[in-house]
Amino acid sequence: MEPYELSVQQTHELLVNREISAEELMRAYLERIQRLDPKVKSYVTVTEENAIEQARDADQRIKMGEGLTPLTGIPYAAKDSLSTRGIPTTCSSKILENYKPFYDCTAIRKLKSTGAVLLGKNNMDEFGMGSSTENSGFFTTRNPWNFDHVPGGSSGGSAAAVAAGLAPFTLGEDTGGSVRHPASFCGVTGLKTTYGRVSRYGLLPLVSSFDTIGPMARSAYDVALVLEAIAGHDPKDSTSRIESIQPYSEILRKTENLRGLRIGIPKEYFVEGLDAEMEAALRAAIRQIESLGARAVEVSLPHTQYAIPVYYLILFAEASSNLAKYDGVRFGLSERNVDSLLDVYLKTREMGFGAETKRRIMLGTFALSAGYYDAYYLKAQKVRTLIRRDFEKAFETCDALITPVAPTTAFRIGEKISNPLDMYLADVFVVAVNLAGIPALSVPCGISNGLPIGMQIMGPHLSEEMLLRIGYTYQSQTDWHTKHPPCWND
Amino acid sequence: MKYEPVIGLEVHAELLTKSKMFCGCEVVDSITAKPNRTICPTCTGQPGALPVLNRKAVELAVRVGLALECEIHTESIFARKNYFYPDLPKGYQISQYDQPLATDGKIRIETEVSPRRHGDAGPKDVRIRRVHLEEDTGKLSHADGYSFIDYNRSGVPLLEIVTEPDLSSPEEVKAYASKLRAILRYLDVNSGDMEKGVIRFEANVSVRAAGSDQFNTRTEIKNLNSFRALTLGTEYEIKRQSEIYERGGTVEQETLGFNDATGKTYSQRGKESAHDYRYFPEPDIPPLVLEQSWIDSIRASLPELPEAKTSRFIEQYELKPQEARLLTSEKALADYFEGVVSKSKSPAKTVSSWIAGEFMRYLNDLSIDVTNIPLPAEDFAKLIDMVTDKTISGNSGKVVLGEMFRNGGKAEEIVKAKNLAQVSDAGFIQETVAKILNDNPKEVEQYLAGKESILQWLMGQVARATKGKADPTVARELLVKSLEAKRK
Repeated sequence: MEPYELSVQQTHELLVNREISAEELMRAYLERIQRLDPKVKSYVTVTEENAIEQARDADQRIKMGEGLTPLTGIPYAAKDSLSTRGIPTTCSSKILENYKPFYDCTAIRKLKSTGAVLLGKNNMDEFGMGSSTENSGFFTTRNPWNFDHVPGGSSGGSAAAVAAGLAPFTLGEDTGGSVRHPASFCGVTGLKTTYGRVSRYGLLPLVSSFDTIGPMARSAYDVALVLEAIAGHDPKDSTSRIESIQPYSEILRKTENLRGLRIGIPKEYFVEGLDAEMEAALRAAIRQIESLGARAVEVSLPHTQYAIPVYYLILFAEASSNLAKYDGVRFGLSERNVDSLLDVYLKTREMGFGAETKRRIMLGTFALSAGYYDAYYLKAQKVRTLIRRDFEKAFETCDALITPVAPTTAFRIGEKISNPLDMYLADVFVVAVNLAGIPALSVPCGISNGLPIGMQIMGPHLSEEMLLRIGYTYQSQTDWHTKHPPCWND
Repeated sequence: MKYEPVIGLEVHAELLTKSKMFCGCEVVDSITAKPNRTICPTCTGQPGALPVLNRKAVELAVRVGLALECEIHTESIFARKNYFYPDLPKGYQISQYDQPLATDGKIRIETEVSPRRHGDAGPKDVRIRRVHLEEDTGKLSHADGYSFIDYNRSGVPLLEIVTEPDLSSPEEVKAYASKLRAILRYLDVNSGDMEKGVIRFEANVSVRAAGSDQFNTRTEIKNLNSFRALTLGTEYEIKRQSEIYERGGTVEQETLGFNDATGKTYSQRGKESAHDYRYFPEPDIPPLVLEQSWIDSIRASLPELPEAKTSRFIEQYELKPQEARLLTSEKALADYFEGVVSKSKSPAKTVSSWIAGEFMRYLNDLSIDVTNIPLPAEDFAKLIDMVTDKTISGNSGKVVLGEMFRNGGKAEEIVKAKNLAQVSDAGFIQETVAKILNDNPKEVEQYLAGKESILQWLMGQVARATKGKADPTVARELLVKSLEAKRK
């Protein structure tokens, strides 16, 4: 078996048994990236030198047997919206093409301390604005299952890298489905964490009140290993949760069934427009979960239909403010061949931002303007409260909810890019989770026409442990997560 | 027609915290520190950096809110004020907007001359509309065709204190500003160091026909960074607006700058180009929730404030209101006064007049801040006592005080070294008196001719000849005696 075929857990065993060194492992991944990534295009930066050096450090750690963790020597990649010290962090935007942060994101810092080794940074929709990576300022990532299709977004590069064996795990970021959506399109397991469970310090923000960092990997178990390493309170993030984290992987090892769990099936998520094969795959998955001891009941989330407009309104508003710092004054692109300060701003932003980003900044600026604030931003926040209450009510009668992740499997490149509204609607099943701040896990549960289907498991705040248990037991009974795309053996 | 001004003030005061408002960077002197010495990802707006609220800044803000008799809100919200400028690294300033920390307070002011409505004389309460926390911006400078940005000041905690339009003259504006500064210093929340820009003013000015109740269009004067600028700026603006109405014109709503050199205001931007700051709640900072018990403990720790101290001084030390107000204008001065009184055997009134007189003159002449008085209270007390018990004369006392200010040392030692001890020995003084009368026959004649006021001049001659050591009572007695003897 080649190193890239192994899970995090299996790789760890090889490393501690000294059957492979971290450096060899790293070189194998780098070689594979060099060979295959020109087709997949999941990386915007590969940090070869850094990676080899850190792999050697990990080997030293393994040799001494000191400070060993399940991630020591394990390569990984991160969405390019996570700050990496001295390594370009671009959000796939031209405005940050040459930007190298002088500090590490907390999640990256934590992984560094476990001995995990950064391979590089993954492509994404510019600043996370999109569901296909077609809005990347650099290039479009291909779906490893079919290069003519999108990998989903916005963490498309991170999902494609895992699916194509270009990294054993990655860190994605989910603002409105950006982990779950590409995870389902690429057939990998992705966790959208509870808002505040993983520090946002060093995460380049899209929507500060929705952004969450979450792991993407080949199994719920691997996701649990990564979550253990990156979650927890961070005094540098005032919105991070103070509750202590749980020994997620240990809990999974002890889990055999799902007896006693009540699974809600929200009727608003199984409606017209949902692909028939997809619905069949989901129903089969739900039956599988019932066979593990859980009981499924229908529930209602009556305000679901408002999730898309509410989500996008708040997104436009916050994003317009969050992106103001890209002004050409301190870092990134700076158009200096101009006559006035105003021109520095205008030219830099004109040249640096892509069309979708500009559209959203304008919409957000409008929505926050005097006289419109109450009608748009404030009203959106009120409806957000209603949506959050829907979930609270549902969780009074059931432990978790199961829904599709997207209405269809991965669409073709170019299919939706000319119609922004159509693209926004691709997020219909994922954004409510962000409005409520709750966690949700996306696990592969079928294949249709050669493209993966994803199942979304949602739970109340801080219920990551339960979501992973459901995913883990499901995966122990099924093999969808072990299916590989055609390029796997390339 | 006669016009009366309607003025409201917005004051920005830096809070004396060790670290900045939202990061751990040290707060340094923004004038003397090397540029960009204390900066980090957060205060330079690096992508992904996040703000974490400084607890001390909140505590100091609550202190001010309580001292200004405001309602302190147990829940307040930070908001983003969005605009573009190079000294604002994030593209927005974190401030408070529709839910500030404190509202509805007041400050009592007194002015010497003040046009009061309805002939109402005496102190006046200026209503405080709101007190809120926000962060300072960086500092821009321009030279050789380049612009430079120093982010040392970026993120330093600021308190914004906004009045209702209750001020009706530049004198009241000045009185309010001085009083506020004194309170901030009393509370130890601001250094009051105006030259360093730790307190900055913005005035909203309009004028209306005297006695009218209506509010006319107002202008906002920015960058008033000294009491002088504040007074001149409001004076100029009142005159400018009055003249416009006099001519039958209309005042435009606009934002004005103030030119320190010319003493004039000038237009910065009109109503059409007014900023739309697109305020919305800062998602990176959860609502600020304060425990009532914490607020109560801060209230319990508040020092005695100028108002209360003045009343106490008048009563306890039998001072005149004017004296008491001078002594309580600064907490450090009031504390010093009480320190001297407690160490001195002389009456408090005597101590008060020493401080109000020579002492203040030295502080001003030598530009010594009252928080930094070089003279231990005990030593000053001793000096005053030496004058009171006539060990030295009042004039010698002034000389000794000057010496203590310039070179330090204790009063007794200086008196000894300079041989200033007062001499009451009639023999020694008589010698001098005889010599003076001998040397000044013309003046003696004048005295004898009935011009008794010349006695004071002769006293001065004796004091000069004895270098102030002669006990004036004895000297006067001997002078009169010798002069009367000549009459015979």
